[in-house]
Amino acid sequence: MGIAIKTENLSKLYKIGRREPYGALRDVISEGIKKIFKKNSGIHQEKYIWTLKDVSFEVKEGEIVGIIGRNGAGKTTLLKILSRITYPTEGKAVLKGKVGSMLEVGIGFHPELTGRENIYLYGTILGMKKKEIDKKFDEIVDFSGLSQFIDTPVKYYSSGMYVRLAFATAAHLQTDILLIDEVLAVGDVGFQRKCFQKMEEVRKEERTILVVSHNMEAILRFCSRAILIDKGKIIKDGNTKEVVEEYLKYFSEIHNFREWSFDEAPGSEFAKLKSVKIKDKNGNQKNSFDSREPIFVEVEYWIIKPKNIYVSIVLQNQMGVIVFIASESSSYFGRAYKILEPGLYRAVCEIPPDLLADGNYILRVVLVEMKKDSYPLFHADVHNAVGFQVFVPLAPDSPRMDYPGGYPGVVWPKFKWETYQVDKNIFA
Amino acid sequence: MREEKEVFIIKPPSSVFETINLKEVVNRIELLFAFAIRDIKVRYRRTIIGFGWAVIQPFAQMVIFSLIFGKFAKIPSENVPYPIFAYSALVPWQLFARALNDASMSVVNNLSIISKIYFPRIILPLSVIISALVDFFSAFSILIILMIFYGILPTAKLFLFPVFLFVEIFCALGVALWLSALNVKFRDVKYTLQFLTQIWLFATPVIYPTKIIPEKFKPIFALNPMTGVIEGFRWILLNTPPPDFTIMGISTLMIFILFFSGVIFFYKLEKEFADIM
Repeated sequence: MGIAIKTENLSKLYKIGRREPYGALRDVISEGIKKIFKKNSGIHQEKYIWTLKDVSFEVKEGEIVGIIGRNGAGKTTLLKILSRITYPTEGKAVLKGKVGSMLEVGIGFHPELTGRENIYLYGTILGMKKKEIDKKFDEIVDFSGLSQFIDTPVKYYSSGMYVRLAFATAAHLQTDILLIDEVLAVGDVGFQRKCFQKMEEVRKEERTILVVSHNMEAILRFCSRAILIDKGKIIKDGNTKEVVEEYLKYFSEIHNFREWSFDEAPGSEFAKLKSVKIKDKNGNQKNSFDSREPIFVEVEYWIIKPKNIYVSIVLQNQMGVIVFIASESSSYFGRAYKILEPGLYRAVCEIPPDLLADGNYILRVVLVEMKKDSYPLFHADVHNAVGFQVFVPLAPDSPRMDYPGGYPGVVWPKFKWETYQVDKNIFA
Repeated sequence: MREEKEVFIIKPPSSVFETINLKEVVNRIELLFAFAIRDIKVRYRRTIIGFGWAVIQPFAQMVIFSLIFGKFAKIPSENVPYPIFAYSALVPWQLFARALNDASMSVVNNLSIISKIYFPRIILPLSVIISALVDFFSAFSILIILMIFYGILPTAKLFLFPVFLFVEIFCALGVALWLSALNVKFRDVKYTLQFLTQIWLFATPVIYPTKIIPEKFKPIFALNPMTGVIEGFRWILLNTPPPDFTIMGISTLMIFILFFSGVIFFYKLEKEFADIM
């Protein structure tokens, strides 16, 4: 087997300047908040950043390689360079064979056009010839399961249908090398199973695939090899299981707890964060929790000048999904205007038992000042402050009970079920 | 199945000429048409008269101009009825204006695709020409009817028709390649386009004949490539006086310089398209 992809010191320098404010209100707002935050914390932003630095690896023909890493690690930039969307700043890559990419399913679809028309349009954008699409058309429609709606403009489709049609089209692209970014996590469970089956088929065709995903289950299932990237550099490259483990460890062990001295503490002239700790119900610091026990998040902060400040925590799971945001305020509006006098404060949040699913979690901690007539002001904002792990045990009183396998879902709460016989006769 | 696989090398381009790849564009000619078909379909979808708009727009303009300039202002029209004098110029003008405007906007309008899928970017402004031509020929059919109505027969010079069409398309593309690439960085282009087209319309003998231009300004006017094109169209269709071929030759040369420099400029900026967003 020859080499399908070979990269040598691939690097990409990005300018992180201000975005042009094309009337996008969201940008204007976030820009405003950033500005205030900047002034308060004195954080100096660099103008250039290496999103990829000296990335070298080889992929053999027929190999399926998973690229994993946190958000912003450089995974997508790598795929963008390999699919020629953007140029590298330094280094080079050699690709053997026809390259196809699925960086975002459905980009190129036009809402006014019908499903049929969009299959042709999208297929052609992806690089298929009309003849090829003609030949595969029925297969694509069949795969999408949308034959009834094929002559309906896609603007009437639900987002699920939209994605199904797009994935079906893209999945029938015949190329030697396929670059995929986080597209396996689309559609409902039934369609996902279909996608996985398609991936299995593709695997047998001995095509070379590079897949970026936060879905470790999918990575473990399809990839014989994985590459862990962080801050634009390769951290680990090798056997999938080992790399995924490294990633999970890396992810969950960012910090067990955080504590700052007053001078170094993140914050403003009004308030500063002192510490963030994860504790169990006995007050012991801990980072791995049985799903049946409560988790306590303890945040200590200094109020330096009187101000109406409160703590907000944002919990993210390992796929980068925000599970919830919890704010230290009994009433959204009421608490916000209660002024805290200077001093050291401690806020403890109890995450109830029987709520979270298996996996690694990360907390972002924010000191917020609620403003009356404008957007909330962040006095401190620490991403990835602390992390912890939750496992749902095999136990009769856990939602898992005696089922050992994986279970989809962001949370895995314990529900109350009641089942009783309504009538003895079947035909009442 | 084990045919020789193509090897592609990705590296930072050392010069813009390294990135210009005509073969690749030819290879993706189907995409050029796919974008054109998309634009054509979407343009008139959900309208009652559909393609009729391609005809109504220049026709309505012709009626208005005939009233204002032909009837009230009494602008001379080279011994042909003013309506057909205006319409024979408005149809090619519309092609030019549409190609110029849509091609200039084509990259910005497709930035989301550009940031996710690779294809030769120059296909976007090029594909606009196809959809503009479809409108052109729809509107042209009315011109034929008008000519029959006024009893004007085209001359044997009709074989020059493609030549003028060709010059016109290159002129629109030459300008649009510059503008479409610039537009990604500076959205001011969008606003510039509006009055650029308007000023250009009045600087071209569309609603008036060249002969009302004072003699001393004539060379400057003739340097406008569209002057030769519009006069050329009238000349072959309505048998009005021919354009000055020397000056037209010069402006055609200018067009090609504009076009080729536009291609280079486009490719030079192209590599930043996906990064700018």
